[in-house]
Amino acid sequence: MRESYILINPSNLMRRKIVNKVMIALCVLAGVITILPLLYIFFYTTQSGISSLNLDFFTQLPKPVGEEGGGMANAIVGSLILIGIGALIGIPVGILSGIYISEYSKSFIATIIKFTTDILSGVPSIVIGIFAYGVVVIPMQRFSALAGGFALGILMIPTITKITEEMMKLVPQSLREASLALGVSRWKTTLRIVLTTASSGIITGILLAIARAAGETAPLLFTAFGNTFWQTNIDEPIAALPLQIFIYAISPYDSWHRQAWAGAFVLIFLVFIVNLMVRYVTRNKFTS
Amino acid sequence: MTGEDTVKLETEELDKETEKDSKSAIRTIDLSVYFDERIAIDKISLKVKKNTITAIIGPSGCGKSTFLRSLNLMHEMTPKARVFGEIFIQNENISEYSSVDIRKKVGMVFQKPNPFPMMSIYENVISGLRLNGLSKNSVLDELVEKNLKYASLWEEVKDRLKLPALSLSGGQQQRLCIARTIAVKPEIILMDEPTSALDPISTAKIEELMYNFKNHYTMVVVTHNMQQAARVSDQTAFFYLGKLIECSKTKRMFTNPKVKLTEEYITGKFG
Repeated sequence: MRESYILINPSNLMRRKIVNKVMIALCVLAGVITILPLLYIFFYTTQSGISSLNLDFFTQLPKPVGEEGGGMANAIVGSLILIGIGALIGIPVGILSGIYISEYSKSFIATIIKFTTDILSGVPSIVIGIFAYGVVVIPMQRFSALAGGFALGILMIPTITKITEEMMKLVPQSLREASLALGVSRWKTTLRIVLTTASSGIITGILLAIARAAGETAPLLFTAFGNTFWQTNIDEPIAALPLQIFIYAISPYDSWHRQAWAGAFVLIFLVFIVNLMVRYVTRNKFTS
Repeated sequence: MTGEDTVKLETEELDKETEKDSKSAIRTIDLSVYFDERIAIDKISLKVKKNTITAIIGPSGCGKSTFLRSLNLMHEMTPKARVFGEIFIQNENISEYSSVDIRKKVGMVFQKPNPFPMMSIYENVISGLRLNGLSKNSVLDELVEKNLKYASLWEEVKDRLKLPALSLSGGQQQRLCIARTIAVKPEIILMDEPTSALDPISTAKIEELMYNFKNHYTMVVVTHNMQQAARVSDQTAFFYLGKLIECSKTKRMFTNPKVKLTEEYITGKFG
């Protein structure tokens, strides 16, 4: 007791206490800076968007310039279709390549996949749009939901691959061994034990990828192209919320600006709701 | 698996070096394992008789676990591991079988309890059957009860079978893992320091289980605890620096070891 008392140097202790307080204050500040933009976006889009929001917005087609009212029903449905196509491409490819990298990481191919995924995640989304234009739009000779969905799918792949790999690597080796020791084959162990244990993290990653794709405008500009009419055929040009917002926001008309705000609000709200819903559905009944 | 074999066992015969020895559960011939270029175990030849407990002792890093894990082909998961020599399980050379078949026959209990975290107690017990696609829904309840009783866990968990396996204590989790292992009906159970993460009371329970299991299973137990080896095993093997130094009846090993090194280890002079 006496020795430990002597070890404490009062002036040093004072200094350490001050440094501690300062560092904690900096951390809190950084936390606030992280939350503020989101709160601001939420607040501002709600304030500007909710006033133009009515039932028509969800049920009506866009009206020509000069006519009041109208809505973005086609863009909402279009966005859902585009995200659906994107998810159909991005989720299986992303998860399977993630599994491959995580479980077979010693192989040369896995190293290459890992490397290319990292690069792909840094490719600007507009470039991915150009790529989709080259491989889907030009051969089909028209803009289409298919091309837009393809671009969004490519965009989702690196995020999903990365998170699948990381989440599966977090699953302790002892669980794989436990399963294998029961005479379970390796692929079943991967699928039923490792993937299941990692599932909540992977689902979070998929959500992030979908949320990001939902808001993408650039890759849709010359793939989905946009459409002011009702269109649900996937081989035709299709409207999308972010595209519609973009077109309306750069227009000179006040009524269109209001609609753009409403669109932004709906977009954010949709992403938010999807997030909450999937979190609720996949909440871990055991570890929470 | 059956009781008759145990009765036969009591009429102790001398080891017959015949090829087909009905009492041989495990036999290794010149078993060596390398990790990269480093040798982990060096030409180990060991025989384990049916329905007996063999303890493997030795200081850390002497290859105990490496030896154990080669018996159910666990090294297949380690790309850098290379295994040489022959392993016979019940007189069958295991190189002729797939690892999946071998592991159904040769179960394993690990050092740290590792129940599946996403499953309930109930699901954990039948996980091996379910994952192998062998379970019929009508008999599952029965199987769960039976195997939990074997692992003497039933009384403690019968009212909360649907709770997550991780809600159990460490000792209970380990017994759950034992129930999970025996549910796939192995004939041999390998145990890799099964009690080293447990408190003394849980350890005593597991040791009691091992003792009761002798009528049904052949067991090989890696242990750091020499008292445990002396308490539960029939035969003890002493490993040192990847080599099998001595293997004899536990009683003889602990009272009158043949090799000086064994004596020094047992009496605590090193290790």
